[in-house]
Amino acid sequence: MAVCIAVIAKQNYPLYIRSVPTQNELKFHYTVHTSLDVVEEKISAVGKSLGDQRELYLGLLYPTEDYKVYGYVTNSKVKFVIVVDSSNTSLRDNEIRSMFRKLHNSFTDVMCNPFHNPGDPIQSKTFDGIVSGMMVQTG
Amino acid sequence: MESLTLSDVEQKYYSELFIYCDTDNTKKVASNGRVLDLFRAAQLPSEVVLQITELCGATRLGYFGRSQFYIALKLIAIAQSGLPLRVESLNSVKDLPLPRFAVGKNEAEVRHTALYQDTDSQGMYPASGTAVIPRPPGRGYQNKKGPPSSTSLPVHEVVQPLAPTIESQPEPTSPVVSPHQSPPTSPHPWRKHKRQHSGGNADRQQVVAATGAVWTQFREPQTGPVSGDGMWSSHSPPLPSQESWVSFTADTPPSITLPAAHPSSVQESTTIRTVASAATTNEIQRQSSGYDDPWKITDEQRQYYINQFKTIQPDLTGFIPGSAAKEFFTKSKLPILELSHIWELSDFDKDGALTLDEFCAAFHLVVARKNGYDLPEKLPESLMPKLIDLDDSAEVPEPTADVGYSGSPVEVTPNKSPSMPSLNQAWPEMNQSNEDTAIVHPVAIRMTPSKIHMQEMELKRTSSDHNPTSPLLAKPPELSEEAKLPASMKFVAANTVGDGYSSSDSFTSDQEPITRQRSQSGTSPEALKVVAPPPPPPRPHPSHSRSSSLDMNRTFTAASATGQPQPSTTAYPPAVPPRPLPTQTSASHTGHRVEAEAVPGSVAVLTTTSPQQIPQQPNFADFSQFQAFAASEQPSSLPEVDKHCEAGQVDKTSEGAGPLRTVKSDGQADERPSTTVNSAKGSSGPLAPPPKPVRRRLKSEDELRPEDEQHGPQKSNVIAAVLATQPSIPRSLGKDKKAIQASIRRNKETNTVLARLNSELQQQLKDLLEERISLEVQLEQLRPFSHL
Repeated sequence: MAVCIAVIAKQNYPLYIRSVPTQNELKFHYTVHTSLDVVEEKISAVGKSLGDQRELYLGLLYPTEDYKVYGYVTNSKVKFVIVVDSSNTSLRDNEIRSMFRKLHNSFTDVMCNPFHNPGDPIQSKTFDGIVSGMMVQTG
Repeated sequence: MESLTLSDVEQKYYSELFIYCDTDNTKKVASNGRVLDLFRAAQLPSEVVLQITELCGATRLGYFGRSQFYIALKLIAIAQSGLPLRVESLNSVKDLPLPRFAVGKNEAEVRHTALYQDTDSQGMYPASGTAVIPRPPGRGYQNKKGPPSSTSLPVHEVVQPLAPTIESQPEPTSPVVSPHQSPPTSPHPWRKHKRQHSGGNADRQQVVAATGAVWTQFREPQTGPVSGDGMWSSHSPPLPSQESWVSFTADTPPSITLPAAHPSSVQESTTIRTVASAATTNEIQRQSSGYDDPWKITDEQRQYYINQFKTIQPDLTGFIPGSAAKEFFTKSKLPILELSHIWELSDFDKDGALTLDEFCAAFHLVVARKNGYDLPEKLPESLMPKLIDLDDSAEVPEPTADVGYSGSPVEVTPNKSPSMPSLNQAWPEMNQSNEDTAIVHPVAIRMTPSKIHMQEMELKRTSSDHNPTSPLLAKPPELSEEAKLPASMKFVAANTVGDGYSSSDSFTSDQEPITRQRSQSGTSPEALKVVAPPPPPPRPHPSHSRSSSLDMNRTFTAASATGQPQPSTTAYPPAVPPRPLPTQTSASHTGHRVEAEAVPGSVAVLTTTSPQQIPQQPNFADFSQFQAFAASEQPSSLPEVDKHCEAGQVDKTSEGAGPLRTVKSDGQADERPSTTVNSAKGSSGPLAPPPKPVRRRLKSEDELRPEDEQHGPQKSNVIAAVLATQPSIPRSLGKDKKAIQASIRRNKETNTVLARLNSELQQQLKDLLEERISLEVQLEQLRPFSHL
């Protein structure tokens, strides 16, 4: 259901960005970039326990014109950002959470791959498949 | 040290020649007559031949091993091209024509020459893997500039033509897919005969040679004479699959960049390696070239892999940690990206470590990749870890549990060796019988006990472009059929998760019809609680796509429930729609719900009315609202509508809404039956005045908006459920195209209405969300204060 899915490293550079090939992908890149500020803000705000799944999920970061941005941060400060088209079905919070969970799982799988160096762009076909699955659902 | 780079064609050619010369079948052409004849047929001056034998090291060895033979052949080609004979020229000369041998006793060669020269022009150079370098141990000799030309070439010693031994090749002829095998031009019967065999054997041999080359590459540092001797002496095929690879691991690290030989560790292993590797790769090739199971690991290979595993991890039931595996496979000098992909494929449980089975699979994939075979998108069944191993290894988690685990390419891990053969067999069946694109088909045949896996498998399968069982030969039918599946599969998976699971439970290795039946039975009972047990649903037509099959079944079961003979009902609905429906549908769409229900309802209604009269205006008028989705076989509409429904729906107070409401309250399972019943009831007053439905529709539209949020989730569920079971009236598409088109029109109209509604609902939703966000922001702002 997502229009754009991005994985941002701890140092705030993108490990993986993928958007439904619509008109301007750059717009999504920009959106993701700006959403990082919100993510940082939320991270710093939540000062207490950081291991909670609930707090890994940041929820709706901010809505804009016709899309909404959701954030999720892992314990290693790797951030997932999902941009969802608002004109699309309004995805329930649980659905977004499940999407993030799937992302997190496949991200973990990628990290488990000994041939993948953390910090490298993600080039896993499995990961691509999962992301495509989440994006293709938009139809 | 240079090495010999052979093109695909060359390898095949040389291999075939080698087989031809290998009369004793000892893998070393001990200067028998054939070799001599061959060389003589090359029509080169004898001193050239002598030089060639020197260069290739045969004089040193006393016979022609495979490597020497190949080098000799290449040198012959070089010589025939008029180039100076030099070791360096072996690889530097590109596009070297194949060595030509004069017509004579060696008809085989001639034929092959003709053949391969034909194919040579087609010049298929393998994809990356084959361009590797066989470094026969003999090369070592060449560096030393070999032994003094010991007088008479060993070649000349034996000149007894022997019957071609190709036919007696031990290896079974496998249906090798050889792009190079063009029909020979020569009409000679013997040639043809030989060709048949060579078609099988030679290719394998050729490829074997190539693959042998692959492995010898790892031993670059080969040198010692010991290696050469040892190699040839220990050439028994089964033998050293292990040793061949052993060398790979042992010396590759030190030797990768060093052309110079590393005598010590390399020697023994290298020797064995060449031959063994040839044999092993031959095995691999043989297996790989099999249509039915290209990825099967032979026992020799497996044994070799196990030995390799032991070198890293003595405990066979233990794991190889990722780092160790990384080092090990990095030695294969494959690109990291490919190794990463191989890892993804082979690490089933995603634990960052390799069990024995995983390791074997990974190794096998590496070998295949080195030989030029593309990596599959998904792990082939034959490489999946056996259930036995899975059972033994406690940590192998059933990826079943986690739906999000779709990362594992092997959802069928739970499948076990016993089921594997059937899987393999069932696989082609499934593909061929897939025309129906009923979602259940692939799942059923997969026989995956895990529902989740089946679902994921379906999704993955539909999304994957490769057929795992035949990575080399993508079967178009499978692909096309699989391509047909995606939309329906996703839709069904999304909407009928429960159904899918329940139906998948009952899956066996039955054929498609049965599986379809099961799935349908899974859904139909739920749908038709009120109605009598439906007869086996008719098989959906191939023209039907996707979820329409389920819908059709449901439709018919509903129809049958209402008392119509199921097969006959099919005839009715198609006949009915055309005239009245278009008029009726125009006004439609109060709601998705209406339509959703309309589908089952319309069918039921139709069936009820059909006996009376087929096209009865009032009947149609009555359920015009229902027929909105009648015959909505377009799955695309369904997901759209589904989305619309999810956007937030309203309970209708109208009659049309009534059933929906009841449906909603009952929940998904009950929706369909109640819907059907209600709609049936609604249709029971078949002659209800047409305006009523229209009014209802309008009303429900109005009602929809205000009641958005309240019934959002319910409605979505309802809609989803109902949509999932959209009956498509024109079951017999072949018979009633008009009906289909009419239904398509109706659906389109419905879609537009729904889209409108949806946008309105979205707008409301947006407003609410904005409010919510503002509230959240305020909350966030207030939060810091709470901490102060």
